[in-house]
Amino acid sequence: VSEGSGRGTAHEEEVESYTVRLELADRPGELLSALAPIADMGGNLLSIYHERGNLTPRGRIPVEVDLECPPGRFEDVVDALREAGVNVIRAGHEAYGERATVLLVGHLVDTDLSDTLSRIESCTAASVLDFSLSAPEGTDEVSSARVRLAVADGRTDRAIDRVREVAEEKDLRVVTPLVSGGEP
Amino acid sequence: VSRIAVVGAGAVGAAVARMAGDRGHEVVGLADSTGAVVDADGIDAEATLERKRETGSAGDRAVGALLEADYDVLVEATPTTLGDAEPGFGHTKRALERDRDVVLANKGPVAERYGELQALAEASAGRLLFGATVGGAIPVLSTVREFGVGDVDAVRGVLNGTTNFVLSRMAAEGLGYDHVLAEAQDLGVAEADPSFDVEGTDAALKFVILANVLADGDREFSLSDAAVEGITELPGSALELAGEDGRTVRLIGEATRESVEVAPRLVPENGPLSVSGTRNIVQIETRTAGRLHVSGRGAGGEETAAAVLADVDRLDPR
Repeated sequence: VSEGSGRGTAHEEEVESYTVRLELADRPGELLSALAPIADMGGNLLSIYHERGNLTPRGRIPVEVDLECPPGRFEDVVDALREAGVNVIRAGHEAYGERATVLLVGHLVDTDLSDTLSRIESCTAASVLDFSLSAPEGTDEVSSARVRLAVADGRTDRAIDRVREVAEEKDLRVVTPLVSGGEP
Repeated sequence: VSRIAVVGAGAVGAAVARMAGDRGHEVVGLADSTGAVVDADGIDAEATLERKRETGSAGDRAVGALLEADYDVLVEATPTTLGDAEPGFGHTKRALERDRDVVLANKGPVAERYGELQALAEASAGRLLFGATVGGAIPVLSTVREFGVGDVDAVRGVLNGTTNFVLSRMAAEGLGYDHVLAEAQDLGVAEADPSFDVEGTDAALKFVILANVLADGDREFSLSDAAVEGITELPGSALELAGEDGRTVRLIGEATRESVEVAPRLVPENGPLSVSGTRNIVQIETRTAGRLHVSGRGAGGEETAAAVLADVDRLDPR
């Protein structure tokens, strides 16, 4: 059993991740123009999440954008978005207050475990706290990994959906936690 | 006193025939897939079952003769089949068309053809109960009904003893899947062909039935609507890793008004759903009273027969 720990994001400058909730008009090109100020201000786009079929009472499309940037630049990003006419509903630092543990089973080493973990991290407000790998039959055979995630508040379901997606692409089995009802 | 016709002479049908007399009922016929015995004055259950052991058949009459006989309640205990759910569905249909009550131990018709079954029951003076199809002797459906279907948002838990035995023994002893499955087969806990259990189908059928009851006619579910994942070849290393973190893996099903899902899930080792061995447990999520847990033996001939006879008593309150 080998133990590993979550990889911090190594950049020249210290960056942190943030989430911005936007509301967009349902027009072509709207999303693209909304996102332009983020890159312009030196922010790095992590993911865009749009709950399909969900409209606000005023018929707008709610979108969540995860981005990372140096802490000092975040206010500039939000200001630039607002100046560009984007309706920013809420913006802020995500508190990674929730924890979720999943098991992955399959050819974990052959399918690049490190890539698997970074892809789980890349598209959700989740970061890998630690993982354990158990490969009693050797790394050429089926092995198991326990992955512990820190997840942004209220987004455990989304993080687990992402784990499922990545696992499906790599033909891995995933055992997800029973979030509701499992606790003593 | 109810006059009972029992179709199906496997573990459940045989136990119903044996136990009915002590509960004050009369068995007027017993059929297996090859033949039937019918007697308006009541059959001798032990003698019929002895005859079946010796000759391989319950009787010389056609199964149809029992379906047309004079009885109050048909107990349908033929093996669960998928798709058209025959012959169980046809037996049930015939009884309801004759305005007779039906008690099902067979999951097939309720899981695969719920809408048609309800329509037949509505058009009939006969009534339909199927408490034995979910959780054997554990009062799952009756608890849901007594709370009121509208008050229950979800039912989740362990409803397959074979997979629970395999997973809990793998976790406790650090043994591999194939080793424990072979043991379970030696003990009679798993069948020679264990796929129905280990692939999650058996558990899924029960949660499909629960979803049908919860949806209360707003939506109909069958096995094809369920997301099902079994425990086949789950490696011991996965259970070991879970155990190091105070967790374990159980085959957990969940039914709501919108969905049915069965999959191996991580649960806390000391949590309510981590029962051991062949035990079953169901967690009922109610609006007014929070979570209820009902646990016990979810399978077995006599256990399931007890649930069948409880339904027979409900139809004939004394």
